[in-house]
Amino acid sequence: MWLFDKDMWFEIFHTLGKNMFRTFLTMLGVIIAMLILVLLLGGANGLTNGFNKIFAGTASNSLFVWGQSTSEPYKGFERGRRIRYKLEDADILKRQIPEIEVLAPRIELADHRGAITVYRNGQTSGSSVYGDYPEIDQITKKKLVEGRFLNQNDIEDSKKVCVIGEETYKLLFEKGEEAIGESIRINGVYFTVVGIYKPNNNINIDGENAVFIPFSTFQKAFNSGDRMGWMAIAVEKNTPVPLIEKQIKDILKNKYDIHPDDDRAIGSFDMSRIFNSVTGFTLVLQGFSFFIGIFTLLAGVIAISNILLITVKERTKEIGVRRALGATPKVVKRQIILEAIIITAFAGLVGFAISVGLLSIMDSMWGSGDDFPFVKPMISIPQFIFSFVLMVGLSVLIGLLPANRAVKIRPIEALREE
Amino acid sequence: MIEIKDLHKSYKMGSNSLHVLKGINFKVEEGELVAIMGSSGSGKSTLLNILGMLDGADSGEYILDGVPIKNLSETKAAQYRNKFLGFIFQSFNLINYKSAAENVALPLYYQKVPRKERQEKALKYLERVGLKPWAEHLPSEMSGGQKQRVAIARAMAAEPKVLLADEPTGALDSKTSYEVMDLIQKINDDGNTILVVTHEEDIAHMCKRIVHLKDGVIVEDKKIEQVRAEQYV
Repeated sequence: MWLFDKDMWFEIFHTLGKNMFRTFLTMLGVIIAMLILVLLLGGANGLTNGFNKIFAGTASNSLFVWGQSTSEPYKGFERGRRIRYKLEDADILKRQIPEIEVLAPRIELADHRGAITVYRNGQTSGSSVYGDYPEIDQITKKKLVEGRFLNQNDIEDSKKVCVIGEETYKLLFEKGEEAIGESIRINGVYFTVVGIYKPNNNINIDGENAVFIPFSTFQKAFNSGDRMGWMAIAVEKNTPVPLIEKQIKDILKNKYDIHPDDDRAIGSFDMSRIFNSVTGFTLVLQGFSFFIGIFTLLAGVIAISNILLITVKERTKEIGVRRALGATPKVVKRQIILEAIIITAFAGLVGFAISVGLLSIMDSMWGSGDDFPFVKPMISIPQFIFSFVLMVGLSVLIGLLPANRAVKIRPIEALREE
Repeated sequence: MIEIKDLHKSYKMGSNSLHVLKGINFKVEEGELVAIMGSSGSGKSTLLNILGMLDGADSGEYILDGVPIKNLSETKAAQYRNKFLGFIFQSFNLINYKSAAENVALPLYYQKVPRKERQEKALKYLERVGLKPWAEHLPSEMSGGQKQRVAIARAMAAEPKVLLADEPTGALDSKTSYEVMDLIQKINDDGNTILVVTHEEDIAHMCKRIVHLKDGVIVEDKKIEQVRAEQYV
């Protein structure tokens, strides 16, 4: 098998090695092309990862629904009527729309500014206070720094416990002070802190400064009856959220006698819309970088072919001599093609190594920053294998051109005296 | 060793063709040292190219060591060249990035001789031309005479049936020319068949037989008293 012919490889490496400068010049194009390809792909991946990090902990196929005021008079009701949901709505919706995976009712204790003063040992914090079910954690994940989130026990026993935000902790406690087990006072009722969470910097629907208490405790402590403020809803993965959003609204409109065309009475926010647009953006970005990268690579490989063509011309005499000494056309062709492949492969690896190094540096500089969506900029192994195979494949094709030119050199012409 | 019968060759130059060889007949026995002489345009280079299988004849017979050479594919021609022929060129044609030893070993590489054996043989032939100490030098570090001696060692390394020398002294001064001819004579003394194309009378007279070409035909073919080059060195 000629592939394992040690002498052939020795001859090729010898030829390349003895013509270092030429080899290096040839490689430069591919090194730069690979560099650009990997940097583009890595950058796009970094952005994708960055956006994924923003969405981490938020169920992407989810929506939020709350009540607003009607804008159309209907069935004898005047416009401007405030829509207030009842807890039973949650069960009705879940029963009627099987595509709903999770539905977490929430109620908010709020004065007209949306914040409630929370007291502890003479320190105060203006916080949002929510009555929640533990299921909310499946839709917007709370990153806990200490303790635990609300659980089913808290709901069943209406425990007077709360989970507070880091911001709330800073306002109510001294730095480094143990908060778990301590009590805070909301509207004259004492709650024991069981957990502290770190707000998600990127997608934040709860506000910086919030206190979560069990929904059932909220009902008893603040006498909210069966009222429900809003609903966080996770929809089955493959169901379009706008479809469910419409079904929910239709049911609620019917129940609360809202004019079918009244778009303002029910407030909602479709999380999947943002998510999809960002996903679309990153996909386009990745595709675009791949496209540019591939063409750059193509240009690099063509440059190799070009330089090989020139060197074949320059090496006319050498090839003629080799032919006169007994090199068959096949051997000459093979040598030129293998030279092309080895130059390309080696240059590709060098370019890859440099760009991976650069990406690592970029990663360590910006990779962990919270304010810039750029996380782990690196190309994936399939991406690498694909580009590498493509590059080598192209180099074979493009090596054929100079190789055929070399074979066409008849020794008699090559050896003709000038 | 070489037998040529009624060899014709013409080149097409645009619309008209140029008849270069017009029926060449000659024989070379083993161990001969033949000079092929002629002015430029006489067809001597064309004859050498055909003898060297670098070019094909239009008609006629060419038998080399009992093997008819006809309608060879490029691959077959390359193999025959490698097996039967050693080339010595006017401008040496050494590969400039290979050392003397590597140049000498190159035909053996195409014969698929193992590397170690190649190196041994290369050194053996370099020693024969008196350049063993220069084995690791590049052609650019050598004089013209030395380069031609390396080229002769390379031509001999594959142990060919016939050595073909195309103006081997054309690029050398007369003293160096005689040194090279001395070497060629000594190689011939060992029984090797050698054909030398030249237009220099003194070089031709250092062979054992002179074939004169003129306008594509042999006008004279005579055995001569060999002048030894040794005395001029």
